[in-house]
Amino acid sequence: MLRLLNIEIHKLKYNRASRVLILIYFILLTSIALIAAIKFDIGPIQFHLAEQGIFNFPYIWHFNTYMAAIFKFFLLLVIVSMMANEYSNKTLKQNLIDGLSKKEFILSKFYTVIALAFISTFFVFIVSIILGYSYSDFNEFSIVTTDLEYLLAFFIKLVGFFSFGLFMGILVKRSAFAVGGILVWFFGESILKGYLFWQFKDASDTTERVNSIMQFLPLESISNLIKEPFTRLSAVKTVAKQVGEDLSKDFSVQTSDLIIVLVWIAIFIYLSYALLKKRDL
Amino acid sequence: METILSIKNLDKKFGNIHAVNNLSFDIKKGNVYGILGPNGSGKSTTLGIILNVVNKTSGEFSWFDGNLSTHQALKKVGAIIERPNFYPYMTAIQNLKLVCKIKEIPFTKIEEKLKTVNLFERRNSKFKTYSLGMKQRLAIASALLNDPEILILDEPTNGLDPQGIHEIRQIIKDIAANGTTILLASHLLDEVEKVCTHVVVIREGIKLYSGSVDEMTASHGLFELKVASGEEKLLELLSDFEGIASTKLEEDKIIATLNKPISAAEINNYLFDNGVVLSHLVKRKPSLEQQFLTLTNNK
Repeated sequence: MLRLLNIEIHKLKYNRASRVLILIYFILLTSIALIAAIKFDIGPIQFHLAEQGIFNFPYIWHFNTYMAAIFKFFLLLVIVSMMANEYSNKTLKQNLIDGLSKKEFILSKFYTVIALAFISTFFVFIVSIILGYSYSDFNEFSIVTTDLEYLLAFFIKLVGFFSFGLFMGILVKRSAFAVGGILVWFFGESILKGYLFWQFKDASDTTERVNSIMQFLPLESISNLIKEPFTRLSAVKTVAKQVGEDLSKDFSVQTSDLIIVLVWIAIFIYLSYALLKKRDL
Repeated sequence: METILSIKNLDKKFGNIHAVNNLSFDIKKGNVYGILGPNGSGKSTTLGIILNVVNKTSGEFSWFDGNLSTHQALKKVGAIIERPNFYPYMTAIQNLKLVCKIKEIPFTKIEEKLKTVNLFERRNSKFKTYSLGMKQRLAIASALLNDPEILILDEPTNGLDPQGIHEIRQIIKDIAANGTTILLASHLLDEVEKVCTHVVVIREGIKLYSGSVDEMTASHGLFELKVASGEEKLLELLSDFEGIASTKLEEDKIIATLNKPISAAEINNYLFDNGVVLSHLVKRKPSLEQQFLTLTNNK
């Protein structure tokens, strides 16, 4: 396993584009900390975002993993191109001739995906711990360690998204088109969602019925892992209550969502392997 | 002799095209093999199959008596297919280190092999800055990294200038002289004739001949004759002579093919005694090219 990871890291570390993108990605992850600096000071109205409770344990786990997941697109570019470039440089062919098996080739990419997702998760963990201890109102150990499943969800979310990227890279063989393909897929899911809403518009439980179908689609299930954290903020809730909106919903990580994404990961990796095996190079 | 590669009834179809048709041959240790065939005859496809990049339709092949899985066996093989494929953003050294990691061998041979192919000076230049000849030489260095049991070369001089062709051929000859088994696919006959001990001739995926180069070119040879006048008489005399299998007129020369060893002096004497004075007489062995054309045209 280490050998395969080592081979892939060798390919990545000399590639300037990948190096720059990975660097930007980690800088952006750190930039979550900059939210702490957002401060409005307009005469009598003083607003300091960090003091509004967004960095309170355990809410910070939810908030930071959600924000950090937005930056995953930078790594997606790295992953799609590391796959597609093997085709355009024909180095995939050379790797196989040199004695790498097709299975090892896919595994080396998959291990890299896992490694990148793991490092990202660890990074978010460190940034959150630091921010939390600086701004949180509660620092008791039991509260700090509550809701840590958001980190697990974040990790699975990245692995799932990148596995999708790997698969599209192999399927399409061109970086740009593969990224385009992912966008098209996303629009496809959105259109289907719209259609389902229209289909069930007369039902009393429209949203539930739509979600019961949508939750099985890859991008939807990946985005379901960590729900938006904003309406969970007490400040937002207060405002919502004043306008008569009830925003109480379940924000926790659902085991069923985790399982659906894990199944998709297995499907994407297996399909990548099957595709590579079937093709003549 | 130890068998390195054995191919049995190999078949490959691309849709309607039957690229490799029931091909069988063995590669024995220590020989230099040439796969000869016109463009599109299935040479590269065959090599692609044994190198794990093309899927076979049916048939069998086994490396080293089938003791190793294909990808494990390939770690003991050095191969270059058509164009050199490396990571353009890496230097020669970085590319070769990657190959070492894949083949699970130490980095110790990198410098030596770069020197063998005369690229040591440019070892820290990126691959994308190389000329085609240099790329091809780097490919050879990469194929030699593991001191392979067998070196497989597919059209190694394709697209190179005369200088580059000469360099590559010299390298191949040196490697062959060290006793390395080589499998060389080419449509350039003089290339094969100069380097190989054995040949496999294929056309449209079908094997036409396999055996040693000597056997293929072995025959009693032929005469090229010319006279100032009286060609009919010469032809008549030649067909009466025992040991001449056939005669034909090719431009202004008469070609007489032999089925018995006859010396030039004998034939000259015979013709002179019968009143024919030759202006040109050469005894020749048929070249691989002629044999190849005979083989590929007869079917």
